[in-house]
Amino acid sequence: MLAMNYRGPRRVRIDHKPYPEIKHPEDAIVRVTRSCICGSDLHLYNGNVPDTRVGMTFGHEFIGVVEVIGSEVEKVKVGDNVLVPFNVACGKCVFCQQGLFGNCHESNTQASAVGGIFGYSHTAGGYDGGQAEYVRVPYANVGPTVIPEGMDPDDAVLLTDVVPTGYQAAEMGGIQPGDTVVVFGAGPVGIMAARCAWLFGAGRVIVLDEVEYRLEFARNYAPCEAYNFKEMDDPVVFIKKITDWMGADVCIDAVGAEASGSALQTITGRKLLLQAGSATALHWAINSVKKGGIVSVVGVYGPTDNLVPIGNVVNKGITIRANQTSVKRLLPRLIEHVQNGVLNPKALITHRVPLEDIADAYYMFSNKLDNCIKTVLIPPSAKG
Amino acid sequence: MENNDYSHIPGWGIDADPKNDPTYPYRHRIERATKAPEPSDSNWERPTQQPVDIEVLKSIERPTVSAVFGTSAPPTGLSGQIRRFAFKSSESEYGHWLPLLLADRVNMVEGILDDLKHGHIPNIFAEKGLKAAWKYNRKGLLQSILIGVLVTSAAVALLSSKKSESDT
Ligand SMILES: NC(=O)c1ccc[n+]([C@@H]2O[C@H](COP(=O)([O-])OP(=O)(O)OC[C@H]3O[C@@H](n4cnc5c(N)ncnc54)[C@H](O)[C@@H]3O)[C@@H](O)[C@H]2O)c1
Ligand SMILES: [Zn+2]
Ligand SMILES: [Zn+2]
Repeated sequence: MLAMNYRGPRRVRIDHKPYPEIKHPEDAIVRVTRSCICGSDLHLYNGNVPDTRVGMTFGHEFIGVVEVIGSEVEKVKVGDNVLVPFNVACGKCVFCQQGLFGNCHESNTQASAVGGIFGYSHTAGGYDGGQAEYVRVPYANVGPTVIPEGMDPDDAVLLTDVVPTGYQAAEMGGIQPGDTVVVFGAGPVGIMAARCAWLFGAGRVIVLDEVEYRLEFARNYAPCEAYNFKEMDDPVVFIKKITDWMGADVCIDAVGAEASGSALQTITGRKLLLQAGSATALHWAINSVKKGGIVSVVGVYGPTDNLVPIGNVVNKGITIRANQTSVKRLLPRLIEHVQNGVLNPKALITHRVPLEDIADAYYMFSNKLDNCIKTVLIPPSAKG
Repeated sequence: MENNDYSHIPGWGIDADPKNDPTYPYRHRIERATKAPEPSDSNWERPTQQPVDIEVLKSIERPTVSAVFGTSAPPTGLSGQIRRFAFKSSESEYGHWLPLLLADRVNMVEGILDDLKHGHIPNIFAEKGLKAAWKYNRKGLLQSILIGVLVTSAAVALLSSKKSESDT
């Protein structure tokens, strides 16, 4: 079968790989009909996630058709059209039982801090991902969810990560009616977080990025105020100024390790890897939030340390909330929102690329070319 | 063994406030595990164990191999040796992560050698997506090529001048 093959930093290609096999009685094999490239894949693509091995297939956002099931699979059957949450979760461990499906303790041997994630390095379990024609899906009784009749596949594929992550970013912000919310990052996740902030009753939503077309998209889609931080002397002062010098009630970091905007952070975090990615957005979030405010972090960082103003967290009495998204926990509510037309995820999809052209697709998404917001990959076996 | 009797501690629990739960709603509390903790990480009924028929490196912060695991790319070659070494340290140590990053870079070279061994010359331009670069980012591409050429020729010039100095 065809599958993406990682060859080293910023080098990927399509290769023939053996079909995946059932390795556990709760496994299923899914034939992929659509997969996406995510901002999270860029951390891998740039070679910044330790234990990203050559030969691995990325891809944690995918939907498809169940082709084979293991002997203990009961919740899905062959032929089902399923969307697969990006977390590999057992449903049994003490964390899964608490709804923390992003923190499963039975899906990752290589690290105890993070649960298993499809196509996300060996640090996240060593699973081949969905940027392929077929993929092995462990714990098929837990993750895969049958796509409701009539749902657009483009909406379904965004329910595997982007929608729940944007939603959880807003949810972790503890947004109260009337709150001012600042979202750092106008990628798919940040745009969705801005959109979802309104669902929790935000009074004002502001997005910061440096890419003009993305700001324009956020402005129309969320809808919200959107500003280019490249045009500011100091983004923190800018936020203070437009919030009566108090700061925002809630700040959301939807950027993570690839942040730009500070030479020091970029050089130490992205070029020299002296810290676990550039923490510019998180730094700004902490410094722009009101005293007693909440910083919600969904931006992903590496496993070592980052330069953040922790002293200000103490002095301002800030609450920081963060996690990998618990997709399964949120799906029932979010499927409802999509079906009722409250959320329109598929509007984020700007590019539809044959899986075979994966190297170009990565280059374009990572360099933000051709007004790219979200890229969907279509495997040859799903065409027609 | 769990001890549920705190009556000997004056004031135990008098200010407990179940609403003071900053993890709500993304974590819902469950009854605290009542089973006596076993000498393992699991006070739950573990899923069936996936047979461990490949080499899986295990974090020393957990006692067991997780019930399922990925089989994408087992450690091999020199990079594999470095990875095995890395897994002697905990996730809390640079001694874990820095060797892993080093192994990733070594693995990249191994990947090229492996391609050549299989009679495949990797098309690095295609792998880097330079077709898209040429179409949508020609200026940026030419700029980076120019910088590359300048840096290389500067390095060559420097090296050859050093060489001629030592020659004299
Ligand atoms: N926690 C989770 O479960 C989860 C799930 C999905 C994605 N993520 C993470 O969310 C982040 C965003 O994902 P995405 O797909 O939207 O990525 P993306 O790369 O498309 O978007 C990031 C955006 O941030 C902008 N940016 C860069 N530096 C900035 C700064 N200092 N301030 C404000 N904006 C800045 C970039 O221009 C870009 O538009 C990534 O770190 C990704 O790994 C987390
Ligand atoms: Zn994603
Ligand atoms: Zn679990």
